[in-house]
Amino acid sequence: MAFLDNLINGISLGSIYAVIALGYTLVYGIAKMLNFAHGDVIMVGGYVVFTAMVDWGMNSWLSVGLAIVACTVLGITIEKVAYKPLRKATSLSVLITAIGMSYFLQNMALLIFGEKPKTFTSVINIPKISLFDGKVVIKGETTAAIIVSIVIVVCLSLFVNHTQKGRAMLAVSEDKDAAQLMGINVNSTISLTFAIGSGLAAVAGVLLCSSYPTLSNTTGAMPGIKAFVAAVFGGIGSIPGAMIGGILIGVIEILGRAYISPQLSDAIVFAVLILVLMIKPTGILGKKINEKV
Amino acid sequence: MKFAKKLMALSLAAVMAGSCLTACGDSSKSDEKGSEDTIVIGGSGPLTGGAAQYGVAVKNAAQLAVDEINEAGGVNGVKFKLVFEDDEADGGDKAVNAYNSLKDKGMQVMLGTVTTGSCLAIIDKTKSDNIFQLTPSASAQDVIKNDNTFQVCFTDPNQGKASADYIADNNIAKKIAIIYDSSDAYSSGIYNTFKTEAQEKGLDIVAEQSFTKDSKTDFSAQISAAKSAEAELIFLPIYYQEASLILAQCKSADFAPKFFGCDGLDGILSVDNFDKSLAEGVMLLTPFAADATDDDTQKFVKAYKEKYKDETPNQFAADAYDGVKIIAKLVEKESIKGNMKASEICDKLKKAISDGFSYDGLTGKGMTWSSEGAVSKNPKAVVIKDGNYASL
Amino acid sequence: MKKKISPMTRKSFVTYGLLLIVFIAVEIMMNTGNISSMLKGLLVPVCVYSILAVSLNLTVGILGELSLGQAGFMCIGAYSSAIFSNLVKDTITQPLIRFPLAIIIGGICAALFGILIGIPVLRLRGDYLAIVTLAFGEIIKNVFAALYIGYDSTGLHFSLKSQGDLGLGADGKMIINGALGISGTPNDSTFEIAAAILFITLIIAYNFVNSRTGRAVMSIRDNRIAAESVGINITKYKLITFGLTAFLAGVAGVLYSHNFYSLQASKFDYNMSILVLVFVVLGGIGSIRGSVIAAVVLTMLPEYLRSINNYRMLFYAVILIVMMICTSNATIRNFFVHNFEKLKGLIFKNKSKTVKEAE
Repeated sequence: MAFLDNLINGISLGSIYAVIALGYTLVYGIAKMLNFAHGDVIMVGGYVVFTAMVDWGMNSWLSVGLAIVACTVLGITIEKVAYKPLRKATSLSVLITAIGMSYFLQNMALLIFGEKPKTFTSVINIPKISLFDGKVVIKGETTAAIIVSIVIVVCLSLFVNHTQKGRAMLAVSEDKDAAQLMGINVNSTISLTFAIGSGLAAVAGVLLCSSYPTLSNTTGAMPGIKAFVAAVFGGIGSIPGAMIGGILIGVIEILGRAYISPQLSDAIVFAVLILVLMIKPTGILGKKINEKV
Repeated sequence: MKFAKKLMALSLAAVMAGSCLTACGDSSKSDEKGSEDTIVIGGSGPLTGGAAQYGVAVKNAAQLAVDEINEAGGVNGVKFKLVFEDDEADGGDKAVNAYNSLKDKGMQVMLGTVTTGSCLAIIDKTKSDNIFQLTPSASAQDVIKNDNTFQVCFTDPNQGKASADYIADNNIAKKIAIIYDSSDAYSSGIYNTFKTEAQEKGLDIVAEQSFTKDSKTDFSAQISAAKSAEAELIFLPIYYQEASLILAQCKSADFAPKFFGCDGLDGILSVDNFDKSLAEGVMLLTPFAADATDDDTQKFVKAYKEKYKDETPNQFAADAYDGVKIIAKLVEKESIKGNMKASEICDKLKKAISDGFSYDGLTGKGMTWSSEGAVSKNPKAVVIKDGNYASL
Repeated sequence: MKKKISPMTRKSFVTYGLLLIVFIAVEIMMNTGNISSMLKGLLVPVCVYSILAVSLNLTVGILGELSLGQAGFMCIGAYSSAIFSNLVKDTITQPLIRFPLAIIIGGICAALFGILIGIPVLRLRGDYLAIVTLAFGEIIKNVFAALYIGYDSTGLHFSLKSQGDLGLGADGKMIINGALGISGTPNDSTFEIAAAILFITLIIAYNFVNSRTGRAVMSIRDNRIAAESVGINITKYKLITFGLTAFLAGVAGVLYSHNFYSLQASKFDYNMSILVLVFVVLGGIGSIRGSVIAAVVLTMLPEYLRSINNYRMLFYAVILIVMMICTSNATIRNFFVHNFEKLKGLIFKNKSKTVKEAE
């Protein structure tokens, strides 16, 4: 029973990782950069919902909508201000800028909201499901996280493969210059990617803070990094890969914590990353990218 | 490019030279002796970063105590001045820097540090400088290994032992699960002694679960283990922030054991936006509860709230307030003057505190100190009832 | 047969000279008692951070790869040497013998781990390498935070669970107490030793950059495929750089751990690695002297400007972003360079011509 309980908790956590990982995978696939600040956009989303609900007394659906809008705008702004000037720079410069951006968001939040963590009120009111006389309980948040992540993966796959904008994204990820020659506006495509990724981050923020109801300026940092591990695990650039990777990482983390050592559960997740990169650097569903001379 | 770099290097060098000069300037001021009628109390604790709320509470309460003493005309005409530095709860250079900065500002008696890690980093410095050190809240056993360091708070092992005794003697539960923070000195210190004492008292520890600083939001695995082991009580030797999450997550997992905690849980009712009904029935051993009805506590809480924007003082604040008052009492007893050297003051105070000295404060009546530095006072058990603390 | 001094050599000697001047100045201040406790306490950490910055600059500036595991290597150096010093502090009482041994042990342990982790991951590049080194640093921190080591008459005891799990005898002593870390390490780090090691670090770094190996490494940075095609063994040179970075970071860790009475693994977190990165970026990627200056300034300045402590991290974040955009975006960089030259032209009217030619 305990094993089943842990497994469900792992899938719950994994679904949230999956939603975060989708943002990473999209941005990495198209802009070819590791957006370190992605995890912190999650935190911003959480704070927006918190402020809207507690300080302004808005209802939960409106606040979630507001958070999605706010994060989308934030994502586009970050891209325009910090990343766009570096489009032609080395990956080292871009990475350092992204780390700077992540630090910037964290410390801005610290100055605005203070260091005291806030208790988040869950926005989800799906009833919990009790199995085996209450020995295993599936929380409403778990159900919501799983459903939301599946819906997002399906919608995103449809969008990318069957709409013009989506196919433009695919084209840019294949070859930026060729896409430009074919009349695709690369800049607006990259902006769109950041917008979608950041909107997803807001959703992930709401799920994360509802399941683990606390909110501080570093709320997004660790889940962000672990979700990147998930994106790599599933194969970076692949939408179903992000889902599979996310759930696997979530399950590994929870089972590791329950059966190996709680102190080492993070170390186990990171060890998985190192193993994956050693054995199959392209991840489970990733494809090999040939380097051009 | 080269010009830019050169310019940058030059300007940096200039700043460096500047900061060196400021340093020299500072040194002229550094003097262990103060003026005749003022004693400088140095405080050190986290004012920024994740643990800032503890440091700020200590700073505020200490300032409140100092102001009260000075308004009443000081002790034997001697007034106090509090200087407080930020150590960011760091166990390394930040703590030492804060300490050195206090020394440069003429500290004669030290009230600090707030956290155990920082305290361990400086106890050998206060020992070699021979400065009297009274820590309000650094509770590890190692903190008081030197003869010049004393505690206002309980030493961790005492809390663990007292908790186990309380649970066993009052027959609260037999099957106990523990969830503790293995990356925290306070938490693992209590855990270790609790476990030993619980085994001696015949309590059955069915699950020992830990978490770390990096994974302190998701407790599902720990709760699941406690639940499947059918624990009747979860012992939480942790801080209230994580405890509030554990309470919420237990509820959503349909698991309702009893909860028992230590002084770290004090403050749980003032967590922003926390659903107080979750904490209903939680028991804790704490030397201080802001809702206690005795006059001293009410007076302190009122004064604190007036001075600091309606903030409710927590146990750290109470410890710090007591700390300053204890120093004041000792200064009065030994008729210390502001122009004495820090090490002279230290020799007198450390003798005086363990020599028949007793103090009635917010965090305990008739507190006494052994020469080892640990305080002896009775922990109070309280239970949370209708969103308030009630004595057990 | 004396050749003309090359610009690189001149540069390195200017750095050595500057360091020597600062060292002598500080020594004079210390011996005349004209030094605040604060500055005195900062001396060793300043050297430690300078060494860290120089060593990271070898990977970031010379190799052109981002390593976020600097704190991890530092942690290994700090812990391994502290274990050693704690074990032998009763047998070897002379710090002048004990401490050099500790430094060597700490450095070598860190370098071994650097190479160990380097072999599998150095096939990766860019973002992947950065994230793996970050992961590695976190693993190291977590493992050391969960590690309990004690010794008694029957030998050393290890555990990853708890203190009670060790089964120590009555005469047992704890060396590493899990998350509580190590305490009781002898305070062997002095400013003189730290400065000497910083000096040696600089000599190693400058000679590395100017050596055949250093040039091979830089060719990998500038064009990996071209470098490979002329027969440069990429993995080998990357490993050398990585190992050297780890070694120096380990040595910095030794100095660090022997400067404090107690030490916790949580100190060596991601933020520490980023802090060192900020030094490197502000000092100028690839500039060894710049790294030292930036490390010194950014270690001392916050201590003297304690009132604005809340904004420190925000300031670091802005440094990272602004420095990167200003140095990597062609338009902005040209704007700055152009204006600097104009400014320079105004100040040194007659000199500007020759300087321009030299550029």
